[in-house]
Amino acid sequence: MYKILKRHELNPTVTLMEIEAPAVAKKAEPGQFIILRVDEDGERIPLTVADFDRERGSVTIIFQIVGATTAKLNHKKEGESIADFAGPLGVASHTEGLKKVAIIGGGVGCAIAYPIAKKLHKQGACVHAVVGFRNRDLVILEEEFRAASDVLKIVTDDGSYGEKGLVTDALRALIESGEQYDEVIAIGPLVMMKFVCKLTKEYGIKTVVSMNPIMIDGTGMCGGCRLTVGGETKFACVDGPDFDGHQVDFDEAMARASMYKPFERKAFDETCNLFQKEVQ
Amino acid sequence: MANMALKKNEMPAQAPDVRNKNFSEVALGYTEEQAVDEANRCLGCKNRPCVGGCPVAIDIPEFIAKIKERDFEGAYQVINRSSSLPAVCGRVCPQETQCEQRCVRGIKGEPVAIGRLERFVADWHNENVKEPPVRPKSNGHKVAVIGSGPSGLTCAGELAKKGYDVHVFEALHLAGGVLVYGIPEFRLPKSIVQKEIDTLKALGVTIETNMVIGKVLSIDELFENGFESVYIGSGAGLPRFMRIPGENLKGVYSANEFLTRVNLMKAYREESSTPIQHAKKVAVVGGGNVAMDAARCAKRLGAEEVYIVYRRSETELPARAEEVEHAKEEGIVFRLLTNPVEVLGDENGFVSGIKCVEMELGEPDESGRRRPVVKEGSEFVLDVDCVIMSIGTSPNPLIKSTTKGLETQKWGGIIADEETGRTSREGVYAGGDAVTGAATVILAMGAGKAAAKAMDAYIQNKD
Ligand SMILES: Cc1cc2nc3c(=O)[nH]c(=O)nc-3n(C[C@H](O)[C@H](O)[C@H](O)COP(=O)(O)OP(=O)(O)OC[C@H]3O[C@@H](n4cnc5c(N)ncnc54)[C@H](O)[C@@H]3O)c2cc1C
Ligand SMILES: Cc1cc2nc3c(=O)[nH]c(=O)nc-3n(C[C@H](O)[C@H](O)[C@H](O)COP(=O)(O)OP(=O)(O)OC[C@H]3O[C@@H](n4cnc5c(N)ncnc54)[C@H](O)[C@@H]3O)c2cc1C
Ligand code: SF4
Ligand code: SF4
Ligand code: FES
Repeated sequence: MYKILKRHELNPTVTLMEIEAPAVAKKAEPGQFIILRVDEDGERIPLTVADFDRERGSVTIIFQIVGATTAKLNHKKEGESIADFAGPLGVASHTEGLKKVAIIGGGVGCAIAYPIAKKLHKQGACVHAVVGFRNRDLVILEEEFRAASDVLKIVTDDGSYGEKGLVTDALRALIESGEQYDEVIAIGPLVMMKFVCKLTKEYGIKTVVSMNPIMIDGTGMCGGCRLTVGGETKFACVDGPDFDGHQVDFDEAMARASMYKPFERKAFDETCNLFQKEVQ
Repeated sequence: MANMALKKNEMPAQAPDVRNKNFSEVALGYTEEQAVDEANRCLGCKNRPCVGGCPVAIDIPEFIAKIKERDFEGAYQVINRSSSLPAVCGRVCPQETQCEQRCVRGIKGEPVAIGRLERFVADWHNENVKEPPVRPKSNGHKVAVIGSGPSGLTCAGELAKKGYDVHVFEALHLAGGVLVYGIPEFRLPKSIVQKEIDTLKALGVTIETNMVIGKVLSIDELFENGFESVYIGSGAGLPRFMRIPGENLKGVYSANEFLTRVNLMKAYREESSTPIQHAKKVAVVGGGNVAMDAARCAKRLGAEEVYIVYRRSETELPARAEEVEHAKEEGIVFRLLTNPVEVLGDENGFVSGIKCVEMELGEPDESGRRRPVVKEGSEFVLDVDCVIMSIGTSPNPLIKSTTKGLETQKWGGIIADEETGRTSREGVYAGGDAVTGAATVILAMGAGKAAAKAMDAYIQNKD
């Protein structure tokens, strides 16, 4: 069992938890992820290592409540435990040699982008961060990003906070103003990553994306997380999750992500009903 | 007086049209009377040909003689000298190509049902003998086992019995390897595997789940942490795909993904939170045990039609004969000498069919089997909404890529001495599917046992 040391709601749909997992904390690097099960009989879901503290032996996760398992996790309190927490999995993000990067985060993708920004910043790289949200209420990690970047652009779809627009608009403006990046790192919804890649391709800037297909084991055993990258089949859990965005077949990835939509909806509604009953 | 009946005692089983709708065990096991009657078919041959067919050399005539005397626990003790997982092997061993193939009774009529008797004895023991195993005295040495499949579990058990402090590191949240994530409940109830694991724990073995070796700890770090020797039993879990168009459409699974969802994640249960597609028409590509299991699971999940699509003919089917029989009885349709060339999709990206060609058998290839060649102009489309690729697996590269100096074959198998499991790294031993590629439970077990002996010798000589 893995104890929840801290629980903190970042916004109405995104929660941060610090989990006691010394073995994972010892090895974790930005860009890697863990797989957890909330309880016995629970589903295995992957979440990114948002932060880690090797001394305290803890790993921080930040998750958006999108379905049954994340809802169940969100109902766990500080001091309670979760059943399984395996990792660190996947290949750590490559940061060596990068001098100037633009990091693009969309929604909860910012939780994945943040540790990479922090690492690059610490290494002395110039970090421009562009983070986008649907509206003001959903903004997360603003302070953290501010501390880990040289330039921070916040955009919202409806203009209720920061600039109005999409992350691609803000990125284009930066590039057009003459900023030159060694690399763009984009993490967020598949559509967002697809369009960031389309933009950076125009300008010939190398772009790395972090893919999040449906996973089960996370060790290369099921092939459920497979993607087409540069015409080849790759397993996101062991070959990734980072890939060269200009090589990724996003349309296929988007199609595959919708495989279990109806089932997930039903499970989510059932979980919500269950918690509703408990409250009453 | 020997029982000279030409046929084996039939195995009591659930009726095909009942069992293809549930996940309970298909074969129900012999009664005591049936077991004794079957045991009496054994001639107790002096030269024991059957024993030569068993990879772990169980003293078959001796355990069968005990059954004849109704000394079932005695029979168990005989088997236990050579095999630590008789309840498992009695169920899943490909007996017809091993012990039973060599049985003299098979020359005229059917061989003695050695596997069924082994299962009977193991089940009888589990049912009737409740003494907890005695925890051996510690010898003060610590060893690590990577992977909790039959190979790792056997190695761990053997070393624990010698007094070693054994830690088993398993990547998944549950121990058992293929026995829990692959082979379905209706063929090998999970409670049997759980019982074996509980026995190991009672012997003092520590099982650490969620430990992906190579990621959370490397083999070098295991040595730094005081483990004196390491056994790698990490299996061959990496699924192969065919590299044909349409393989990434929604509704194409690897057999591992499909079986993991069904077995390990219990998607067969109504209340499970793991999604699985409840397809109407399923094509399973491949002809091994894994393909049979996937097909029979798909049927049980409610598919109306399930096809086995296999490019060679019936005689080359690598699956156990019993599984092929069972699958046919349950209504699985065999499309033999058929090879897929493309998976077709609908406008939403879901599978809508599989394009195949017919094959005919040509000259024998390196494996000695006749090579299938495409029949000109034989292309046709099989109407399905789900495709399960079951064309083989290979060892996962994770351990190799994180262990300096560990030599492997080109295809990924760890190079290990056949007798002892010794690898190119001092103190590191390996066996089971990780070494041989996908093989059998009994071979994996045998390798674990042999390595345990070698590891013991290695540590004792080191002192
Ligand atoms: C490498 C990786 C890192 C991730 N990191 C984060 C993170 O840091 N924070 C965060 O909020 N989310 C992250 N995700 C997504 C997260 O795993 C899903 O939101 C979660 O699994 C949803 O589970 P659910 O049961 O609550 O929702 P469901 O109702 O089951 O699903 C909602 C949506 O989540 C996705 N999803 C469902 N099951 C899985 C699964 N087993 N694996 C992957 N995706 C799935 C699907 O797109 C689905 O449509 C990551 C995914 C991957 C692959
Ligand atoms: C569906 C199916 C049906 C089968 N049917 C039969 C049958 O009827 N009869 C028969 O004899 N054989 C059958 N087999 C084959 C048989 O199950 C295998 O040969 C046998 O399980 C191999 O045992 P193993 O211990 O070498 O590996 P596995 O059983 O594969 O166990 C390996 C374990 O190691 C773990 N692992 C892997 N990498 C790591 C790591 N880096 N760190 C920690 N742990 C790790 C895995 O999670 C797994 O639990 C079948 C196989 C399948 C898939
Ligand atoms: S372990 Fe397998 S091969 Fe050996 S006697 Fe039993 S069934 Fe036969
Ligand atoms: S070969 Fe057959 S008859 Fe002879 S001892 Fe073995 S099982 Fe019995
Ligand atoms: S999650 Fe199973 S292979 Fe990647």
